Parts: sequence; structure tokens; C-alpha cells
Amino acid sequence: MSDNAVESDEVGHIADLARIDLDDSEVERFTEQFGEILAAFEALDEVPDTDRETDLTNVMRPDEVRECLSQEEALRNAPDSEAGQFKGPKVS
Amino acid sequence: MSDLNAYIATETIEGSDDGPLAGRTVAVKDNISTKDVQTTCGSAMLEGYVPPYDATVVERLKDAGATIPGKTNMDEFGMGTTTETSAYGAVENPVAEGHVPGGSSGGSAAVVASGDADMALGSDTGGSIRCPAAFCGVVGIKPTYGLVSRYGLVAYANSLEQIGPIAPTVEDAAELLSVIAGPDERDGTTRDATDNGTDYDFAAAADGDVDGLSIGVPTELLDGADEAVVETFWDAIDELEAQGASYHEVDLPSVEHAVEAYYVIAMSEASSNLARFDGVRYGKSGGEGNWNESFARAREEGFGEEVKRRVLLGTYALSAGYHDKYYKKAQDARAWVKQDFDDALSEADVLASPTMPVPPMERGESLSDPLTMYLADANTTPVNLANLPAISVPAGETDEGLPVGLQLVGPAFGEKTIIRAGSALA
Repeated sequence: MSDNAVESDEVGHIADLARIDLDDSEVERFTEQFGEILAAFEALDEVPDTDRETDLTNVMRPDEVRECLSQEEALRNAPDSEAGQFKGPKVS
Repeated sequence: MSDLNAYIATETIEGSDDGPLAGRTVAVKDNISTKDVQTTCGSAMLEGYVPPYDATVVERLKDAGATIPGKTNMDEFGMGTTTETSAYGAVENPVAEGHVPGGSSGGSAAVVASGDADMALGSDTGGSIRCPAAFCGVVGIKPTYGLVSRYGLVAYANSLEQIGPIAPTVEDAAELLSVIAGPDERDGTTRDATDNGTDYDFAAAADGDVDGLSIGVPTELLDGADEAVVETFWDAIDELEAQGASYHEVDLPSVEHAVEAYYVIAMSEASSNLARFDGVRYGKSGGEGNWNESFARAREEGFGEEVKRRVLLGTYALSAGYHDKYYKKAQDARAWVKQDFDDALSEADVLASPTMPVPPMERGESLSDPLTMYLADANTTPVNLANLPAISVPAGETDEGLPVGLQLVGPAFGEKTIIRAGSALA
């Protein structure tokens, strides 16, 4: 393994940030694979600094009321709802 | 219907009575929203999800009179090169039994190759239309970024992906492209082709006339490719030469880093785009507990291994301390690839390479080694980084009878050029 190899606690930390529970076998497997994949990504160090297009602009539209989903349509795929609103888990 | 496992849902959606596609069937990849018909993206996360609206391309298919015979199987959220990462099982290759149909639009290519549907829609983020077209011996077009609306396409890596056609012939694919292309006020990234030097009658370009066509062959995309693939590729170039085209070798040094840049950018965008799957508004619920616990459980249960791998690697690439090392460098590589393609296309009408450096893998062969699967996308990913159009047409077969695709890349909004060139072969 190179100096840049990923440690299992790092994979666990990233999984926390990404809000994905991983079981121990997944952590072990990903730790091994990420070392290899990130080592391959090191090839990007050879890329020269390159001028990017500078004319990127945001595409905006007027903020006007338009036709949209009904409340019923918006809620129809929600696992749980109450009083016409999405019902989520407790925040803390 | 043949037993390819190529469809996830087979609910028929009827189009209007007449139109350019009346009487024809167009299967739709399952990451494209269909009103009142389940759309799963090949994921357990979205099992039972029924969109309340149609994607713009679906509206256009219906208006054109097409019948949609079902939603096609795919790698989960478009993440894969074999259609084996689907939560609904792998797809069989109808023309090379025991081999993968390619991915991620493997179901779409399989239903076209087997004759179950006349045509199909796929989506291409890093080769997901061209790879399965090549592996199944049919035609696939990845349009210029902005030619086709992405409204209603479930986002994976939005700066790279486009919806496009898969069909038995170049002319059919071009005709389907004409139906779905064009600006859409619901997708601010669409652009009008008529402002960029072309009209929308793409089928008219499928006249097979390659007399005087100049073809650039990037040698980097032949290095390391399978010998039988390279041999079939040159046979196809000989065929184009016999019809009046000429070729010369071109140098594209940037493509050596394109596949790594592609994966860093795609995974980073995926980590952001897939954050919407929290099990509250749609998708699999995480059940009891606080927000973080419920959210994390829904994603553990709902996402397959490849999706988790990419979301985690994307989160890593964007995290503090690593952004400059991976993401910024990948954006530099993207700009470099664009410049390289512009230079090469200033001295050639189209660029040609094998679509895939290898013939279709055997089923089950590549899943255990993700890096090997990622590297198989070396020839297709540069095109998405450069936002250019490309077509894959059948080039022939290896001695073992495995299909080989020829990829032709054109300048932005140069669809007619690649369609004309491709139609000389298919």
C-alpha cells in the first residue's frame, strides 16, 4: 500500500458525511478498493494547469408563479405524510 | 418477448394517433420519468416510485405517435458498464449469449438488438449509450450536451449526461433524435441547434456519402485495446476509405487522463445529486430514529454496492483537504480534453476509435474489480468531458462472433456529420 492508502476509520468518517450506514464487511472491502482507485486517480497530478472557459454564466428565469404539481401529486410517493405535508424523522 | 430481463416494467404507454413515429415502439430507459408508470433507475431505493409527470423526451415521443412498450433495465442510477449492478438482475446479451450487453443502458440496447422494440432511449454519462450499442451490435448516439432536454431524467452526473437514441440503423437513430431534440424551457441547459449551424432533420444526413470525409484516428485510443477489436476497427476504416474517405493519425495526449477525470467529476456530482434520496419525499423509508439514523439506514438498504462506492468516493473527492487534489485537477483535465478535441477536429471532420477497447465481457467477470470496469470506459468518457456528439455503429465481429463498435466523434452540434459518416457502415 502507498502512503496515500485509505484507512478504515477514514471510510467510516466519509460514510457518516454521506449518511450511508455501512456494515463491517463493506468498510473492509471499500477500504481496500478505495486505496487502489484513489491511487489510479493520482495520475491527475500529471495534468498541466489549463485555462478554463471564463464565459460561464448562470442561466436564470423570471421567478414567476407557474403551473406545478398539486399537493396530492407531490405527496403521492412519500412513505409518510400528515395534514398534507411530508412527515420526516426527528431532527435530533 | 424474449427472456433477456431487459425490461423492469412492461406497462404500455400509448402515444397520439399520428406523427412521425406512429406505429413504432420506443422503449425507454428506467431513469427517464414516465407519468403514472413506475420509474426505478434500476434501484431498490425507488421501487414503487411512480412519477407524477413525464420527462420532456417522453412527452415528445407520445406527441410523435410512438408506443412505449416498457421501461428498460439498467445499471443502478446509470452507474456501471455491464447492466449487472441493477437491483432487478442482470440483462442477457441477445447477440452474444453469456456476455454482458454493456451498460448502463443495457436493457435499451438489448430490446433493440433482439427486435423486442423498434427503437429505444438511453442516457449517456460516460458512454452508457455507446457501450451497450457496441456490445449488442446496434447504433447509439450521444448528442451534443444541450441538444436534448434532461427534464425528467433522474440526475446522476448532470454536467456530463445526455439522453439519446438506440436503433438498428443510423437512419432510425437519427429520426428518433429529431423527435427528442430541441430547446426546453424546463431545462435551462438546452440550446437551440438552429443557433449553432444546423437544423433538426438529422435523418436527411443518413445518406452514406463519405466521399472526401477526413477521419482523424487518435492513436492513444488504440493503445492497449484488445487485438481483435483493433483489427475489426481497421477493417471498418478500410471500408470507409473504399467509399471515398481518408484518414490520418492525430495526437490527443489529454485522453490518457480522461477516464480518471471523468470518474472524479461523475462521482462528485453523484454524491450531490443522490443526496435527495433521504426516504422522506419518495423512495425507501429509513423508518424510526432521528433524522441522521433514518436517512443513513434508508441509503444503506436502498442503494446497491456500486452506488455506495461512487457516492462515498465523490464525497471523499469533495471533502476538505482533497478538493484541490482530485476535483480541481479533474476540472483542469476536462478543460485540457476540450482543447485537445478542438485542435484535432480543426484538421478532421470526425475522429474515429473503437467504441470499447474490449469485446463484451462474460457475465459476472468484471463486477468484483471496479477499477478494471472503470478503465473499460477510456474511449467513451473523453467525449462527455468535452460535451461533444458521438455515434457508435457496428464495425463487425471478432473471430469469436462478438460485436465490435466504431465510435465517431464530431464537433459540437456536428450530429449531421457523424450521422452521415456512420450511415456508410450501418
